[in-house]
Amino acid sequence: MNVQIEIQQTIPNRKELQLQLQSVDVQFGNHLALKQIDLNVYAGERVAFVGANGSGKSTLLRVIHGVLPVSSGQVHWQPGVQQAMVFQRPHMLRTSVINFVALALWLRGVPWRSAKEQALQALQQVDLQDLARRNAKTLSGGQQQRLAFARALAVHPQCMLLDEPTSSLDPHAKREVERIMEHWIAENATTLLFSSHNLGQVKRLATRVIYLENGRILADLPTQQFFNQPLEKSHPEAHLFLRGERV
Amino acid sequence: MSSLADSAFAAFDLITQLDPMLGSVVARSLWVSLWATVIASSLGICFGAWLAVSRFYGRGVLLTLLNTLLALPSVVVGLVVYLLLSRSGPLGYLGWLFSLKAMVVAQSVLVFPVVAALTRQCVEDADRLHGEQLQSLGAGTVLRSLLLVWDERYVFLTIVITAFGRAISEVGAVMVVGGNIEGFTRVMTTAIALETSKGDLPLALALGLVLLTVVLCLNILVASLRSWRLREDGSTSDPLQKAWI
Repeated sequence: MNVQIEIQQTIPNRKELQLQLQSVDVQFGNHLALKQIDLNVYAGERVAFVGANGSGKSTLLRVIHGVLPVSSGQVHWQPGVQQAMVFQRPHMLRTSVINFVALALWLRGVPWRSAKEQALQALQQVDLQDLARRNAKTLSGGQQQRLAFARALAVHPQCMLLDEPTSSLDPHAKREVERIMEHWIAENATTLLFSSHNLGQVKRLATRVIYLENGRILADLPTQQFFNQPLEKSHPEAHLFLRGERV
Repeated sequence: MSSLADSAFAAFDLITQLDPMLGSVVARSLWVSLWATVIASSLGICFGAWLAVSRFYGRGVLLTLLNTLLALPSVVVGLVVYLLLSRSGPLGYLGWLFSLKAMVVAQSVLVFPVVAALTRQCVEDADRLHGEQLQSLGAGTVLRSLLLVWDERYVFLTIVITAFGRAISEVGAVMVVGGNIEGFTRVMTTAIALETSKGDLPLALALGLVLLTVVLCLNILVASLRSWRLREDGSTSDPLQKAWI
């Protein structure tokens, strides 16, 4: 099914600062995975993190989400901002599809019965309502990623974090997940932070592109500028990456 | 050779005729080992799961100690429990020495490290793979460990069955703290040791056969669990989970 969705490519009103990273370092043993990251994200922005493998995209998302501690520096979220993350390879718990989603709500204080009702609504958003009673582990890769998406949607996040959400999927499943993502983005003014190797996806979904290399931010530009303007002089590393010479 | 064959036939007769002495020894063995498994598994799974997700100073030392306890000789356990429960020991007032309760305590102590160490390894591996995703849902340390235990519940059934196998087949600890009193604290393993030393090979062999049958049943149970679980999980390809079964 080909659904053409218009995604607004304008820069949102940059008044409400939602997330701020100040001089963030993350160290694994002797390896510095993130170096002096400074970043401001405003409500409603759709930020894509791009870069070669090992550049620090996933690490940065995990730090922002709060599941990975920083070695130094600070991560500030505006108080009360609900955030949810979809991982590259979602882990399915050994339970039914509906319970899998309801658990996320229950852990955030929603009573179990109400959580199941809300979970069903979230499953409808990703077309998985017919599989609500099935064991989550028996779903295909694409269905599992859609389920992970449903779980994230269920908590009504003001900020959604996606770590290469389609990279481990076959082309058909990839299209399905992208269609859901694009629908969701078109209908919500939620902040979106995602990492991707798929530059077409970045072009379609992001309003701002951040290029990382060896744990450093080397370019932070509006999407139009990142893809359409010459970067040889201003951001030579990003230019080489776009030419496929930094993979 | 003929002596062995005669003993085997006599043992077979004892089993098929449901010899009351044999029956009582088998029932007592099962009772003691089941209780020991329940107690050790309850404590061991909680402790192991907590240890898997916790990070604190001295954790490495505790892990080394726990892994060392896996090779704990059963007679040493028997001796320690004996000293604790003897009249002059700190728990002497309980009056449990040479009772089934003492045997349950000894087997629990023996089996606890097995359950705790296997649980710790299993939960820690699971946590490394997908603990972050549970953390992402808002699960704290304790809740995360409980969710991982629940998610890996079939593996824990295997661990519990393994623990039961260890408990029912040990002889040293129950001999020391139970005293091998006929009709009271005599269990399969202590009876086999005694009857062999007395030369009553048919009874020893019959008990040995029953013990082997129990262990065989446990193995069949583990294999059934494995196939049931793989069927339930459908096309799961998680190598860790497959490796654990």
